[in-house]
Amino acid sequence: MFYREAGDYKTSYVDDSQTFPIALDRRIYMAAAVLAFLVVPFVMTDYLVNAIMMPFLIFAIAALGLNILTGYCGQVSLGTGGFMAVGAYSTYKLMTAFPDLNIFFIVILSGIITAGVGVLFGLPSLRIKGFYLAVATLAAQFFLVWMFNKVGWFYNYSASGQISAPERTVLGQAVTGANAAPWVSYLFCLVFVFALAWLTRNLTRGRIGRSWMAIRDMDIAAEIIGVNPLRTKLSAFAISSFYIGISGSLFFAVYLGAAEVGEAFGIQKSFLVLFMIIIGGLGSIFGSFAGAAFMVLLPVILKLFFADFIGWPTDLVAHLNFIIVGGLIVFFLIVEPHGLAALWRTIKEKLRLWPFPH
Amino acid sequence: MFRFIATASLAASIAVPAFADLTMVSLTYRTGPYAAGGVPFSDGYADYFTMLNERDGGIGGERVELLECEFGYNTERGVACYEETVDQGALVYQPLSTGLTLELIERVQQDEVVLHTMGYGLTAASDGATYPYVFNFPAHYWDGAVAQIAYLKEQNGGSLAGTRIMHMHHNSGYGREPLPTLEALAEIEGFELLSMPIDHPGEDQSAIWPVVEAENPDFILLWGWGVMNRVALESAVEIGYPMDQMMGIWWSAAESDLKPMRDAAHGYTSVTFHAVGDNFAIFNDLNELVYQRDLARGRMNNIGEALYNRGVAAAIYAAEAIRLAQSIHSVSDVTPAMVRDGYEQLTMTAEDFETLGMEGFTPPMEITCTDHGGGGLVAVAQWDSTLRKWQQVTDYYAPNDALIEPQIESASAAFAQSRGITPAGCP
Repeated sequence: MFYREAGDYKTSYVDDSQTFPIALDRRIYMAAAVLAFLVVPFVMTDYLVNAIMMPFLIFAIAALGLNILTGYCGQVSLGTGGFMAVGAYSTYKLMTAFPDLNIFFIVILSGIITAGVGVLFGLPSLRIKGFYLAVATLAAQFFLVWMFNKVGWFYNYSASGQISAPERTVLGQAVTGANAAPWVSYLFCLVFVFALAWLTRNLTRGRIGRSWMAIRDMDIAAEIIGVNPLRTKLSAFAISSFYIGISGSLFFAVYLGAAEVGEAFGIQKSFLVLFMIIIGGLGSIFGSFAGAAFMVLLPVILKLFFADFIGWPTDLVAHLNFIIVGGLIVFFLIVEPHGLAALWRTIKEKLRLWPFPH
Repeated sequence: MFRFIATASLAASIAVPAFADLTMVSLTYRTGPYAAGGVPFSDGYADYFTMLNERDGGIGGERVELLECEFGYNTERGVACYEETVDQGALVYQPLSTGLTLELIERVQQDEVVLHTMGYGLTAASDGATYPYVFNFPAHYWDGAVAQIAYLKEQNGGSLAGTRIMHMHHNSGYGREPLPTLEALAEIEGFELLSMPIDHPGEDQSAIWPVVEAENPDFILLWGWGVMNRVALESAVEIGYPMDQMMGIWWSAAESDLKPMRDAAHGYTSVTFHAVGDNFAIFNDLNELVYQRDLARGRMNNIGEALYNRGVAAAIYAAEAIRLAQSIHSVSDVTPAMVRDGYEQLTMTAEDFETLGMEGFTPPMEITCTDHGGGGLVAVAQWDSTLRKWQQVTDYYAPNDALIEPQIESASAAFAQSRGITPAGCP
């Protein structure tokens, strides 16, 4: 009954190759976008924006980025935190060096800088694969954090070693700094999420995405049919790092306001984003969002239920959170290795046949 | 998915109850690598408010509602905790984390809530004209650094010229905070300052101690927190570094770090801004009204330890500031902005402490609009492993105002400028 092509006639090639070919799917996504842009900013409380929506949007970008690299191109990376730090520190240096430059362009420039760094650390991927590549990107993670801690130039030699975002405005509204209204920051992040998700969807349907997947599925076969591994792998690293740089930039400038590299962009961040795409679904855009939502919401829901509703001590709930997240990761790896996205896909298949499965 | 989030968020907004009482927030870290420091402080903080509720029915007749929010010493989650609780009318924040303090400074100015960082946080915030909502009495890091050097100078026969002192610190805002003071003192006293940062969380120091062994500094200043302290002290014993040449700040002087080391920790010194020990009159009330009635927040294994007492003291300062705010504004249900007035006019004499049951806990102090840092008096305590107790070995050192005041002025201006804070000024 749902998600059926029946009756949805395509009369032109443009129609046939549109982003969401199924009418119902298209309408749901349009409704979600309208809701996110026009309704949510006006009904959300400050706490919900700051504690749930902003981390969700920002981590969704990071998860999209890592999914391009790991899910679509098959290159395992543990350097996400380090690349986010590159985005954050680029933003800080650009913000302080060019006070008049619009924050919108600063975020994009930070993404481009991170893309450059990503390509640099992606070079070993041409020679090494799998676990060995993971270890190489782990080195990137530790090296980048160490560098931002060690070299005073990156934090403008500030006494605390922290970087902090000064106030910047877009169309007269403060986006960063303490005076930024939550709904402005939310919309600012949402614009990036929307544009980047759109871009990912179309990249992965096109030539580049197909060459990524060819490399992921079997690199030798891909090379034989004419996919250039150098260009494909490095483009995956560049685009993935571009996304992750943007998410790091937003994470620092819009969400945190001030950051310390070891704490904000440590190895835990790399794992967090990796868990997001594993739980959400490797090689799926919906999975990136689902995984980000899951990892951001789970501690909040657990806290609401156990601490505020049942009244258990907060430390017990915090420990429980570790156990549940760990358990779920193991559970997903065993039962549904393709994550929440695959679960969603199964539901869709069932819905197509419902209510007459035979 | 957005619908799902909207439903979840609706549930969240319903679940947040509204309190008519005095809402206090305890930002705890009972989990993670810093739990050893976080647990006793939060226990003391909670137990004192429980005692007030039991004994006096709260403060000025208003019960205290203490909300706990666990953040695991993680700045992001701490900010989320702050955002969650600030809308519920929380009166005072005491995060016990310098990293979180640096995040919250702008936010509390914006939301007009008091942030009291007792012996941590941003030293420059003692400039009350620029940071009207931030308080860091009774002593701050730079006072601590000055006292450390003053004590070492005495120990070294009145001069530190030609000695080499290692500043072994947590590589964060906390550990870097005393650097300007130590560098200035190195210049004045003629010692060589070696910086030895240890990265979060500080469990792995295998790369640090071979360097210490090779450098063999005359003294080590330990500015650690959480698991880092324990590992550093144990590593020092392992390489045979003399304990009496190691000196901690008040955050690297917890009994829980030292007791398991038995005799090996004997002679370790530390600066402290309050008296040590557990024979304060307040413990009678706490015992009778809280511990005996099974209302204690923790497992009662840390009562009377330095960090527990510090939690109690933090609660006392908050309670007294609220009491003062109630009398200034003649209203018992005070708002966060009123509590700020209470903090700013807070005067604690020796008699006040005696009445409160913490006789001689800290030296008398007075807060003014321009000075949110209090007296800045710091003493030195030494660990006695046979008694398993700290012994205060010196009198309180007076703060080196000539050195620190100009530093605070420039640091405060620099921080305010980088964060876009406009000084409010003092009348």
